[in-house]
Amino acid sequence: MENMINLTIDNRPVSVPRGTTVLDAAASVGIDIPALCHLDLKGTCVKNAPASCRICVVEVEGRRNLAPSCATQCMEGMVVHTNSARVIRARKTVAELILSDHPNDCLTCAKCGECELQALVMRFNIREMPYKGEQSSRKHEQTVSITRNMDKCILCRRCESVCNNVQTVGVLGAVRRGFDTTIAPTFDKMFVDSDCTYCGQCVAVCPTGALTERDNTDRLLDDICNPDKIVIAQPAPAVRVALGEEFGMEPGTIVTGKLATSLRRLGFDYVFDTDFGADLTIMEEGAEILHRLKAFLGGDKSVKLPIMTSCCPAWVNFFEHNYPDLLEYPSSAKSPAQMFGAIAKTYWAQKMGIPREKLVVVSIMPCLAKKYECERPEFSVDGNPDVDYSISTRELGRLIKRSNIDFKSLPDSDFDKPMGESSGAAAIFGATGGVMEAALRTVYEVYTGKTLPRLEFTAVRGLDGIKEATIDLAGFPLKICVAHTLGNARILMDKLRKGELDYHVVEVMACPGGCIDGGGQPYHHGDVEVIKARAAAIYREDEGKPVRKSHENPDIQKLYKDFLGEPLGERSEKLLHTRYFDKSVK
Amino acid sequence: MAELKISCEAIRQVEETCEKFHNDPGELISILHEVQGRLGYLPEPVQRVIADKLGIPAQKVYGVVTFYSFFTMTPKGRIPISVCLGTACYVRGADKLLEEFKRVLGIEVGETTPDGKFSLDCLRCVGACGLAPVATIGEKVYGRLNPSDIRKIVDEIPD
Repeated sequence: MENMINLTIDNRPVSVPRGTTVLDAAASVGIDIPALCHLDLKGTCVKNAPASCRICVVEVEGRRNLAPSCATQCMEGMVVHTNSARVIRARKTVAELILSDHPNDCLTCAKCGECELQALVMRFNIREMPYKGEQSSRKHEQTVSITRNMDKCILCRRCESVCNNVQTVGVLGAVRRGFDTTIAPTFDKMFVDSDCTYCGQCVAVCPTGALTERDNTDRLLDDICNPDKIVIAQPAPAVRVALGEEFGMEPGTIVTGKLATSLRRLGFDYVFDTDFGADLTIMEEGAEILHRLKAFLGGDKSVKLPIMTSCCPAWVNFFEHNYPDLLEYPSSAKSPAQMFGAIAKTYWAQKMGIPREKLVVVSIMPCLAKKYECERPEFSVDGNPDVDYSISTRELGRLIKRSNIDFKSLPDSDFDKPMGESSGAAAIFGATGGVMEAALRTVYEVYTGKTLPRLEFTAVRGLDGIKEATIDLAGFPLKICVAHTLGNARILMDKLRKGELDYHVVEVMACPGGCIDGGGQPYHHGDVEVIKARAAAIYREDEGKPVRKSHENPDIQKLYKDFLGEPLGERSEKLLHTRYFDKSVK
Repeated sequence: MAELKISCEAIRQVEETCEKFHNDPGELISILHEVQGRLGYLPEPVQRVIADKLGIPAQKVYGVVTFYSFFTMTPKGRIPISVCLGTACYVRGADKLLEEFKRVLGIEVGETTPDGKFSLDCLRCVGACGLAPVATIGEKVYGRLNPSDIRKIVDEIPD
């Protein structure tokens, strides 16, 4: 095998393919070299390797200086020491220098316990701060989604990499130089004045407390304690396959039943499910797909194809900012969370005789852009939002701990009826390809009038950036495409603008892997296996459901019979559909 | 900084400069150099035009502009004044010279007088250490300056 390189790391022989870094080679034999700026979600396009922090230095025999293992390729015969006294001391000094202008307010930092810098301080046995440097004084900003405190930034550039290379949003980047360097939105503006989509991937990868979520947990506690409010919960599909990680459970553990119980114990008056909203989304979006397809097949040249999914709020922000000329392509269907809110505050509130003002609808989301989505004026009635606010999976985890609930020992329980009933199709909304697969299950059966021989559309599953397939729809070849990350969405949209996008239906999710790796999920700390485990759990959840197609959800059928009428009917259009706006920054 | 109106003609020139460099993102610094040479500075709208032409985020352009001290987002005066703070000038009182320039012009370093005539900057060595302390006013180098000379020199410079 001439493409294999043989070297020695800590006196152990290692054989790796040519091009492997020392960091990865060491990991392959169980040597965990500490790293900080480095991030590599293998199998996705999420990668940051600027070799800027120098935490991962190693000693290479014959080389004068220490080498950053993340950026040093293995060479034949190389002899590497990752734990010599020289390396261990140098590594500690590097960390101490990083701390010299860090605020060190760890006790009250939002990232305390999850901070990768803090973990290194413990690991390196740092017990004092030998270097006291000038303190940086950079911008703080609190948006509805993201909190920015750049004094805690260590300039690892992970956020810059995801914002530019993965998402191609191009908002965050380094400005100025030397000690004055900071990571800032374009022209040092605030996020709110930029093209930021609030996808939250910068938060998902930030190693410190520089970028965190806007915390709504105290607001929620106040509402729960207020006897004049009726507070209802709706957790998203991706929450139930990740929340367990906040309590030390294995990634991929399904905690749906414990989630429902914990929300009840927190004091929510009703515990419903965003999955119900997801089934509703499929009914409306599916009908819209069929409507456009039939028009197209009927020879209507003006019909906009491909139709694109519109569940992901960061994706909506992205096309509103970057493709204002193409706003007619995405489906007008609201996201599941917003559909849920609209129905809860009309159909359900009327049924229960609860005035709208008394109701507080709280969504629990893997997402930070959902916080922004709640604030959209078009999703409110006389200033009263359909979904009052959103908390992330992480925030829910913190709130459960704060409320003395031992999550792991909780018994399972079901969601409340009627808006807690959902199909397996709704469950898979949390993974890339899931909305497409759910839509196909319904569109196929409604269009052909036949039962699907096999429910799983495996071609749209998995972590490939852009997946495509052709589905035989009673003789009509339906061309579909699924993209995740906004960078991949940009590839599709640029083609669409040139008239070269030859599909009928396109699904876009902003986050790598879909909502399971959303900006509000438990931190993956660079381990792609965590994301894969969550995806596998999502599909297990689907398989375990008695109903696996949205249109067969009995409570959805009842909602249409009692209240909505038909998909795309007058009331559905009013409550469940939206429009988009030109938000390009001039 | 106040939003400044950039003329259509200036924007057209910026676009021409980008095209001259084949809209190549690798030529960003050369483009910024040439545009600043023409306009005197690189305001936000100009950076956005360059970003659009090169197909890169405006953030990238802004990052480069703020990285190099040569580039400026503030319009320079018609007559830029630079006080040398190099070692030789400094030991012969350049700091006092700079303070006097600030007092006489009524502006800080990096600023421009409200009439747009003068702007004030610092630099490190113009290679005339024998004449320390030195300042450049417009294209001309003034040596052996004394703070008491400054008012008269500034007053006598024609616009």
